[in-house]
Amino acid sequence: MTEVNRKGEVWIFAEQEAGKLSDVPLELLSKGRELADTLSVPLGAVLIGHGVGELAATLVAHGADKVYVVEDACLAHYQAAGYARAMCQLIRQHRPQICLYGATAIGRDLAPTVASAAKCGLTADCTDLQIGDHTPPGTSDVHRNLLLQIRPAFGGNIIATIVNFDRWPQMATVREGVMVMSKADPARRGQVVRCEADLAGLELPLEILETHRQAKKVNLKAARIIVAGGAGVGSRENFRLVWDLANCLGAAVGGSRAAVDLGYVDHDHQVGQTGTTVRPALYIACGISGAVQHRAGMQESAKILAVNTDPQAAIFSVAHYGIVGDLNEVIPMLIKAIRGGERIKHAPQAAKASS
Amino acid sequence: MGYNCVVCVKQVPDTKRITGQAMKEDGTVNRAALSMIFNPEDLNALEEALAIRDAHGGTVTVVTMGLPMASAVLREALFRGADRVVLITDRRAAASDTLATSYILSCAVRKLAPDIVLCGRQAIDGDTAQVGPQLAEKLSFPLVTYVEQVLELDGRRIKARRNVGNGWEMVASRLPVLLTVRDTANTPRPPAARRMMKYKKALCPAEVAKAVEDAMPTAADAAKAAEIKKRCQALSAAGLLIEQWNLDELKADLIWCGRDGSPTKVHRIQSVVLTGGAYREFASTEQACTELIAELIEDHTIG
Repeated sequence: MTEVNRKGEVWIFAEQEAGKLSDVPLELLSKGRELADTLSVPLGAVLIGHGVGELAATLVAHGADKVYVVEDACLAHYQAAGYARAMCQLIRQHRPQICLYGATAIGRDLAPTVASAAKCGLTADCTDLQIGDHTPPGTSDVHRNLLLQIRPAFGGNIIATIVNFDRWPQMATVREGVMVMSKADPARRGQVVRCEADLAGLELPLEILETHRQAKKVNLKAARIIVAGGAGVGSRENFRLVWDLANCLGAAVGGSRAAVDLGYVDHDHQVGQTGTTVRPALYIACGISGAVQHRAGMQESAKILAVNTDPQAAIFSVAHYGIVGDLNEVIPMLIKAIRGGERIKHAPQAAKASS
Repeated sequence: MGYNCVVCVKQVPDTKRITGQAMKEDGTVNRAALSMIFNPEDLNALEEALAIRDAHGGTVTVVTMGLPMASAVLREALFRGADRVVLITDRRAAASDTLATSYILSCAVRKLAPDIVLCGRQAIDGDTAQVGPQLAEKLSFPLVTYVEQVLELDGRRIKARRNVGNGWEMVASRLPVLLTVRDTANTPRPPAARRMMKYKKALCPAEVAKAVEDAMPTAADAAKAAEIKKRCQALSAAGLLIEQWNLDELKADLIWCGRDGSPTKVHRIQSVVLTGGAYREFASTEQACTELIAELIEDHTIG
């Protein structure tokens, strides 16, 4: 829309599938809470589906002041046509100033469709969101309290901050795990706003014939220690070193995008902007150069140990401990030190170098 | 039966191979130091279209929006089997974000009246994955993202498998439809030698104009114009003139194009500067490793 709105609420899209909320909306609520408090406006969550009303309580517990609920049988399973129409109607009616979505398969289908219909700006895969002012170059107009949408771009060689100051709402997508989920507070109070969507004449062009969801084989977000390998490991066979070190630490195995693309380890193990964002107590990076998209996914680990033959490798810029050396020599030395060292209190996770 | 497939492709810098010279001191891109390539997932989209034509007949038209040098990806499309290629180029389209780009593309695609529009899932420079869905919304076509396989095409119905990351889905849709195709969908066929021989000489009118300018820089304008016309006619007769459309020919409303049509604006660009890491260095020796591990056990990081 072209009428600028500086008073609206901050909204997050509460993605659900088969009646269950994923982690992303809860993470978005934490960031949304910060943004809403900075702007002194309410934080709303938008819940679209069928038979999903009871999820509103969880959204309130995680920070939503209001939950806008749109339910209809034709919204039972996500497709762009129905969800975008409902979202656009809510936006026109209630005029939020900011809308955040998870950068999930659904979010990346829905958010651009809504942005196109509303003719507003959308920034994908933000790694940070802040409130700030912007003055277009060559002018002295100051636009205050805009959403600063921050993300790596151009293959990770730059960090770009994007703003939308002449269309509303300001929209952004954020990947899972990038924002930290706050704790639930069951005592929080919030308002459930039941909305009727005008779906008259809605044609749902897609027939969902079959769906199949598989749980991830590895839970990187929950791991206390992660041992990750990069392109420097050299081969899938050699990745056995990473598995061995992980096994003797009871750690989960991670991989950089390069290692996944090269087939050294499966996609479920990918750490980084397009993989999983992790914050373990200890992250050991072996043969990982440390491209910004990888660093974005692990740099908040409590302790980082980097092993790389290249002393200039970017990974060292975020490391707490560094060994400049060949992982083929260093990993066995670390394993020997661990085994010869003290007792390990928690049981090692059952992990094999499977294909 | 035959289907008219339109594939939207983009010429992008090879962001996986950026060297130190690619970024200038002020944080802007040094385009002269970049190698430009066919966006990888657009090659998958093109391959999907060519496979549809192989199986069902019809035509494959490839469209790109960019500078005249983007004709290079159109030539590549011809090498791989495209029937028709169109360049959308206009100074007024510069600085278009995804919303403006999808608007301009929608004007072009409507002119081509396709049965199936195919886009790569995302481009490796912007990485937004937004143009496909936004184009579908502007065309009012059903949207099927993350397509990994076109399973069936029967009359006006298409069945496809989507890979949504944590699983898959089989969906059916009526035509016309817009698909975004992901990298796991197929292996793009290589350029065909004979088509390369023929189409390496294909040029768009803007490239012809530049060649004439270089060849006869001091000639009178009328002479240059005559030479441009002559060369374009010759190329056209040989089926080697790349069609070139500007925003007027697309009947595009300029308020939705270029900078004015782009709600997203850059506030700031920062080159990724690595601050020297203040890490504690341990030598690559058994003794140092033993000390390091002991320390981590001592403070309960390990164990």
